[in-house]
Amino acid sequence: MMRQLIAAARIVLTVLREVFDEASYARFLQRAQIASSREAYAEFWRERAQSHGRRQRCC
Amino acid sequence: MNKPLSFLAWGTVALFGALAIGVVALRRGEPINALWLVVAATCCYALGYRFYSRFIATKILALDAKRATPAERLENGRDFLVTNKWVVFGHHFAAIAGPGPLVGPVLAAQFGYLPGTLWILAGAVFAGCVQDFVILLFSVRRDGKSLTEMAKEETGRIGGFIAYAAVIVILIILLAVVALVVVNALKSSPWGTFTIAMTIPIALLMGLYLRRIRPGKVLEASVLGFILVMLAIWGGQWVSQNSAMARVFTLSASALAILIIIYGFAASALPVWLLLAPRDYLSTFVKLGTISLLAIGILLLRPTLHMPALTRFIDGTGPVFAGKLFPFAFITIACGSVSGFHSLISSGTTPKLIARETQTRMVGYGAMLAESAVAIMAIIAASVLQPGVYFAINSPAGIVGQAPAAAAATISSWGFPVTAADMQALAHSVGEQTLFNRTGGAPAFAVGMANIFSHSLGGQAVMAIWYHFAIMFEALFILTVLDAGTRVARFMIQDALAHVYPPLGRTSWYPSILATSGLVVAAWGYFLWQGVKDPLGGINLLWPLFGIANQLLATVALCVATTIIIKMHRTRYALVTLAPLAVLVAITFTASWHKLLDPDPRVGFLAQARALAGGPETSAAARLIFNNRLDAAVTAVLVAMVSLVVIESARVWIGVLTGRREARMKESPFVPTRLVMEEQ
Repeated sequence: MMRQLIAAARIVLTVLREVFDEASYARFLQRAQIASSREAYAEFWRERAQSHGRRQRCC
Repeated sequence: MNKPLSFLAWGTVALFGALAIGVVALRRGEPINALWLVVAATCCYALGYRFYSRFIATKILALDAKRATPAERLENGRDFLVTNKWVVFGHHFAAIAGPGPLVGPVLAAQFGYLPGTLWILAGAVFAGCVQDFVILLFSVRRDGKSLTEMAKEETGRIGGFIAYAAVIVILIILLAVVALVVVNALKSSPWGTFTIAMTIPIALLMGLYLRRIRPGKVLEASVLGFILVMLAIWGGQWVSQNSAMARVFTLSASALAILIIIYGFAASALPVWLLLAPRDYLSTFVKLGTISLLAIGILLLRPTLHMPALTRFIDGTGPVFAGKLFPFAFITIACGSVSGFHSLISSGTTPKLIARETQTRMVGYGAMLAESAVAIMAIIAASVLQPGVYFAINSPAGIVGQAPAAAAATISSWGFPVTAADMQALAHSVGEQTLFNRTGGAPAFAVGMANIFSHSLGGQAVMAIWYHFAIMFEALFILTVLDAGTRVARFMIQDALAHVYPPLGRTSWYPSILATSGLVVAAWGYFLWQGVKDPLGGINLLWPLFGIANQLLATVALCVATTIIIKMHRTRYALVTLAPLAVLVAITFTASWHKLLDPDPRVGFLAQARALAGGPETSAAARLIFNNRLDAAVTAVLVAMVSLVVIESARVWIGVLTGRREARMKESPFVPTRLVMEEQ
């Protein structure tokens, strides 16, 4: 039971990290082989501003 | 599970569902418990998912777990990415769940809780979920192409162009109507206005925090943002009690409309990371939390529904919006049953994340069921109110009168007793000056939600906090829709203008950004202004227009889906999309006919223009006449465009079925997956 609860909590956290773009930032850092910094985050947004801006949000 | 046991289990679910729907549908004259709605919905969703979606998955779509999806074939670590199915589910749900499933059912509760509930359940299981599921799968099989691209490739250039034009028109009407909901929720409410105003600096602060202090720590920034928003709600109470501050934040509808128009322009032109993205994170954080809280609150409290199953207003004389049960209940509730807008999300980000074709069932069909459950919660929140209170909040002054005593007398004369003193006490308990004429659905939902929350957590003492929490929650994601929608429409217009003058297509070129943002904001701002100045509260005017536009887009999506199903040689199962398509054509075309040609001035745009033309000649009357004619023209153009798509699609179907046209599809070729097979 406890193991299932932990697994569920892990999935929820993974979902949140993905929805909140933390996971995509981590992937960006890994792809670019750089550490997190102001400059890296700015670069991350330069790359994805267009696609994020096109994200639909339903009514 | 072995077969007899499974049969017994599902037979029990079906029996429980039938019993609950029977109670919901047939009980008259005495209040029922909200749990009956919850049980009916749960059983319908379980049966729909287990049997209907499986039938579609196996018999029609033939989902193939061995076929590589675009997330795998085109993986680039950005847009295309193999993602865990629960993560995609969460992503998709967060994108499709907005204010629509909360506001629409609240407005439709003027007919009683029964019509809305049945339409939400049947509409979701047989139409909305089917649309989301099949469009998602078809997009997955076409490298994640958008609905407009699929319409162009499968039904012809006319289909593609009309889908594109319909999306722009729908976006503009949607943005106007959601902005109007915020205006109506915040007018003369210093507490609410202060709280929502504070979310702008909070979002900017989050943007700067993410950029300068803790790069990329979005969850952390969202928790911080949430704490600040809660402080803003608490501070709003102080603002409302301080006469000098209250004066500053007590704004008229016109002033709020102007501020929202300015905000929309700024949000569209500012960098994404600074305002749009942090607000999106904050809104999603609050949205997921509040929806879960509301579900828990309903289950814990098990409230009684005071609204009757059916009200006298099914005859079309309702004060919330004019028009008979059919077709107006069906266009008022879109997002909880079937929403064309979802087809844009199902053919947007989601198909690029799906790891397996077989997961489209859970994500497409399943997430829409979750959204439908949110709509059921909204019906419950509206129906726990005493009907007199519900109508006092949702009826415009133009119908019930401006003075509280007169409004209460009018509503009581309809058979829904309420007194001005009751309403004053309620307004006082939620920290508002008045709750009369608060049209738009948001305040009624907030009162219902505060009612449920305060009975489960904190008691009457915190009713005002819960009410403003609910208002903040709705306004927050309405403003997110406004930000995102304005920007998406701006990009679409820039894409189109690039064909005329290439620099206009550059999304980083400021003259183009300012011009196209101005164009989009001016378009929805015009409709918003029209709604604010409407003597009947605007919702009566704009919500049906939005409902028609949204479901016409669903008509386009189902035309595309039916065309593909016929081209796949699954014609004998085409009714799965053809039947909801026929229902939507009947609903939207009948509603459009009423809005255009109904002789009742409260229903028909042209009838109202004629009635106004027969009255005294004032500048206000001239403006209203023009607005009504404009709305009639928009409706007529939308119907004409969608008629063309239906005709064009029908020509393709007949051509394919008679063998005169080749059933050529634009699917990506089969490539076997290299991913390790996981348990489906």
